[in-house]
Amino acid sequence: MTTAQLIGADPGWLIAVKALIVFVLCVVLTLMSVWGERRLVGRMQQRPGPNRVGPFGLIQALADGVKLALKEDIIPTAADKIVFVLAPIISATTCFMSFAVIPITGEVTMFGHKTAMQLTDIPVGVLYILAIASVGVYGIVLAGWSSGSTYPLLGGLRSSAQVISYEIAMGLSLVAVFIYSGSMSTSDIVAAQSSWWYAVVLFPSFAIYVISMVGETNRAPFDLAEAEGELVGGFHTEYSSLKFALFFLAEYVNIIAVSALATTLFLGGYKAPPGLGFTESWLGGWFTAIWFFLKVLSFFFVFVWLRGTLPRLRYDQFMQFGWKVLIPVSILWILVVATLRLLSLQNASKAVVIAFASSIVFIIMAVNIGFESANKKKAQAVADGDNKSLPKFAVPSLPMEVSTINVSQKVGDNRE
Amino acid sequence: MSENLEPLKPKDLGINDVEFYEVEQTPAVGFLGSMKGFWVTFSTIFKKPLTVEYPEVKAPTEERFHGRHQLNRHPDGLEKCIGCELCAWACPADAIYVEGETNTEENRMSPGERYGKVYQINYLRCVFCGLCIEACPTRALTMTNEYELADDARAKLIFEKQDLLAPLRQGMLMPPHPMYPDMTDTNYYNGDVKQAHPSQEGK
Repeated sequence: MTTAQLIGADPGWLIAVKALIVFVLCVVLTLMSVWGERRLVGRMQQRPGPNRVGPFGLIQALADGVKLALKEDIIPTAADKIVFVLAPIISATTCFMSFAVIPITGEVTMFGHKTAMQLTDIPVGVLYILAIASVGVYGIVLAGWSSGSTYPLLGGLRSSAQVISYEIAMGLSLVAVFIYSGSMSTSDIVAAQSSWWYAVVLFPSFAIYVISMVGETNRAPFDLAEAEGELVGGFHTEYSSLKFALFFLAEYVNIIAVSALATTLFLGGYKAPPGLGFTESWLGGWFTAIWFFLKVLSFFFVFVWLRGTLPRLRYDQFMQFGWKVLIPVSILWILVVATLRLLSLQNASKAVVIAFASSIVFIIMAVNIGFESANKKKAQAVADGDNKSLPKFAVPSLPMEVSTINVSQKVGDNRE
Repeated sequence: MSENLEPLKPKDLGINDVEFYEVEQTPAVGFLGSMKGFWVTFSTIFKKPLTVEYPEVKAPTEERFHGRHQLNRHPDGLEKCIGCELCAWACPADAIYVEGETNTEENRMSPGERYGKVYQINYLRCVFCGLCIEACPTRALTMTNEYELADDARAKLIFEKQDLLAPLRQGMLMPPHPMYPDMTDTNYYNGDVKQAHPSQEGK
């Protein structure tokens, strides 16, 4: 019996219970991850992080949440009130919704019902997540626009441009998974990874996904939409109290959601790591949830690690990286994967497959060598004093040039 | 004209002919080299934090840390401040207010002619530069290492004379009281007065 059939037999009350579990899980995970992030970043900077509220500062995030909720709720006079209120709601709900199709456990018994800890299983589950994520962008855009203020508008535009362009790379990186698993349903994709995780088989896709998921969630080093030094708070500058808390919640649930999706699509979901398959039947199947959360949390650790290590990118570099590197690379990779998949489906001989693969490697090497020699030529030309090969921008002249030319010129003029 | 303003090329400027020394530069780092930073942050997780659990543990300050001010006393308890206002004049932040008053035989606060009747330091303005200490001709004003000067009201951060005065030590008497018998203010400054004389008491 497939998971879809299993879940399809759920009575209504069980679905409600599951929805509640997913909701509570997301909120608790957010609180814990805020705490965990601050502790970890603290340790990375050789300080302890929050350690005063509760044991090890565990309820710091909760205390902050309560504080936020009790703060004065300000709606600026220039704001478009309806949209201003709507935006955080859109942001918060969409990120919870994407969790609906994530399989958290395998087959388990819940209140006497055989089911799986997954709210729903639709045949186009991953597409649904991508769709929901794009709706979530509206929250950001509308928040920036409705604030009636400059910085939020700029921050909102930046965020949405960023999220949209990285969503393309993200979507493209998932295509290889669809091709290999032959399905868009999350539970089927997990089942298809029983022998090899796609993180290994489709490593380039995995790498592209991990990069784009950081861009997608507006996190460091891609957090230029919330660059405190440049744009104040970005799109949520004008927000306060509970509405701000909703954005904050949305950001962290989003991180958990993209990590969960990465786990599901590339790390075998709730399945145990290779060699530990016997643990999957422990606790009546509930033990698989532990594997799932371990994987999700390790992704979260990567998020924190990136934040603790890398400086923020410049906006144009960031967009260039998205459009000129990630997207073309993933398109090429899809072509390669599709060809290989087709060859194996048509039972092509090994020789053909190897020939194809090696020719791809050869082409990549040739292109790489071409690039390098072009770069060298350019560098040589610059060293020779030929700046025609340099890109032409309106740049101020170097101090050296100014002093040698303008000064002598002026002195000469005055004497005449 | 406009041609002349065109930036010259490095070779026209002749900077390539200038003698130069080769400076060792950090070589371009490859992919693995740029990943080094990740190891730095990761390994730091397991290091002991450098911070101090502040309210519970208080790390000692440097010896000459500029903290709260103190108005010192002579060994017999008379105040050193003579109300000259030099500290107030030296203060770049205008944080000190002094009013001097003449000493009388009935009401002697310091040796010599004058004493500081009103002495206020506004810690909302003070920048702890220490210029007042340098200005003080009698070493009446010095700084302590005390740094916990936060409070919940602005008025509480204007310290009065009684907040700044040094406590009475062994052998000191609370002024007002007469000067040490047969001693002038010069003797006081020369350190001839070691402690209060019994005759200074009970006046």
